[in-house]
Amino acid sequence: MNPVITKKTFSMSDQVKPATSPTSASASVAGSAPSSTPAPAVVPPGVAFDIQDLSIFYGKHQAIKNVSIKIPASSVTAIIGPSGCGKSTALRALNRMHELTPGARHTGKILMKGEDLYGPGVDATLVRRRVGMIFQKSNPFPTLTIAENVLVGLRLNGVRDKTLLSRRLEESLRMAALWDEVKDHLNRPGTGLSGGQQQRLCIARALAVRPEIILMDEPCSALDPIATAKVEELIHSLKTEYTVVIVTHNMQQAARVSENTAFFYMGSLIEFGPTEQIFMNPKNPQTEAYVSGRFG
Amino acid sequence: MLSHYDQYRKLKSGFMSALAIFCALLVVLPLILVFFYLLKMGFSSLNWNFFTKLPKPAGEEGGGMANAIVGTLELMGLALVMGVPFGIMGGIYLSEYGGEKINSCIRFGADVLNGVPSIVWGLVGYALVVMPMGGYSALSGGIALAFIMIPMVLRTTEEVLVLVPNSYREAAMALGIPRWKITTSIILRTAFKGLVTGVLLSLGRIAGETAPILFTALGSTDWNHSLKEPLAALPIQIYYYAISPFDDQNRQAWAGALVLILLVFLLSASVRILSSRRSK
Repeated sequence: MNPVITKKTFSMSDQVKPATSPTSASASVAGSAPSSTPAPAVVPPGVAFDIQDLSIFYGKHQAIKNVSIKIPASSVTAIIGPSGCGKSTALRALNRMHELTPGARHTGKILMKGEDLYGPGVDATLVRRRVGMIFQKSNPFPTLTIAENVLVGLRLNGVRDKTLLSRRLEESLRMAALWDEVKDHLNRPGTGLSGGQQQRLCIARALAVRPEIILMDEPCSALDPIATAKVEELIHSLKTEYTVVIVTHNMQQAARVSENTAFFYMGSLIEFGPTEQIFMNPKNPQTEAYVSGRFG
Repeated sequence: MLSHYDQYRKLKSGFMSALAIFCALLVVLPLILVFFYLLKMGFSSLNWNFFTKLPKPAGEEGGGMANAIVGTLELMGLALVMGVPFGIMGGIYLSEYGGEKINSCIRFGADVLNGVPSIVWGLVGYALVVMPMGGYSALSGGIALAFIMIPMVLRTTEEVLVLVPNSYREAAMALGIPRWKITTSIILRTAFKGLVTGVLLSLGRIAGETAPILFTALGSTDWNHSLKEPLAALPIQIYYYAISPFDDQNRQAWAGALVLILLVFLLSASVRILSSRRSK
């Protein structure tokens, strides 16, 4: 098959600083075709999510069809696919956010580092403290200042220690590449920043609670290219300590930031594998048709 | 030079604008007339005594409505403390927790209650509080007024909370913040100005209610010393003084009416100021 996205496309527009090209050095990239293998008793090292035969229904409509996938830890996994293919639904299932929609239910299992996310007695709130989420449209709380926004997750979970709070504040803002821009006006309202800065503020806010995994639902789609580049750099810097799962409809972005990519179509997982392989040498003809732009 | 048709349209437009302005003035005019009439009749009786002295026995000149003014404020405070928490919590339920069917039942109930004539609430207060207690009291007056406030505050609270964008709820949930904390620290905080507006509006409504306090607080010629005692309030005092045969009391009734309308005006003005300062 002809490589449909060459190495050159990996470093796309000249405004965007080229990220280092994705390596396939991450551990256990298993699970390509949709199958329903039961979970092994031993959790292989470096797997953040072990999704087993997951199906999600909204009322009668089935949004996700029997998806099985193992998302590796400490790396960036991208989920791509055309609009309406279920990427966001799948992402939201990973931190139990899809439960907020009335009528949502699921079958199948999701294990996060060996623990069943939906087991009896598992508190959804605690799950969400370990698995953070960034949304498509930045949503800093309007009545809070920048500093208060970053720390709200900690404060409202009972953390009072002032030294810890101020240290986390600086750490999170530095990680989000926002510290230099806002360090002198931490008391300004959170909504007074530009779009890109607001999104980075939301990322800082999510990072402040030190989740193990960060989910991103099209975080750059409302941003201009320069802000997008900053966020992508940030994702890059996160991957040593965190697992990142990013949903994006921008294939070049997926190619730039992720090590592994999952291609969804109409609620099913079509293919999952190292990013380079998905884009340059896809196994499934549907994948090939999508990444070469023939549909979607 | 405009064509005939254009001239006709211009004329018609001008006529319609004039008609609209005329109708607006027609509506506002009675308000202004009433206010200036009150001002004229009551202003002369507004003096230091009026605001500080107790009512004198019938027939004697002088005295004031100090106890009634304080009493009105006291009743408003009582109704606020007893009614607002229920109204706001009910509004929170409707907006954050309720289901479709039960929500429409609650809303329907609240709308019906909002339309209940206030004298009925006075009778309810009488039956529920005055009779068991064996006497008229400030507490019963506060309760009757609280009953009026609750459905109003409930509806306005729900309307304001529903306007808070869902994205904030989602962002807060994604941070692993417990649900009730999201409601209090984020949603209520975001909607705060709207909530205050709703409370002020309902306060403005009960400030002038006479019928409910007729059977509950009764009125008094003395200061109120405890919640179990009757209490003077502006609307009642105005009523008793207005129907009295004594001129001095009639004049004081005008003054009382003026003070009452100024109070309501102040409340409405603060609502306006709060709403216009809303920064979004």
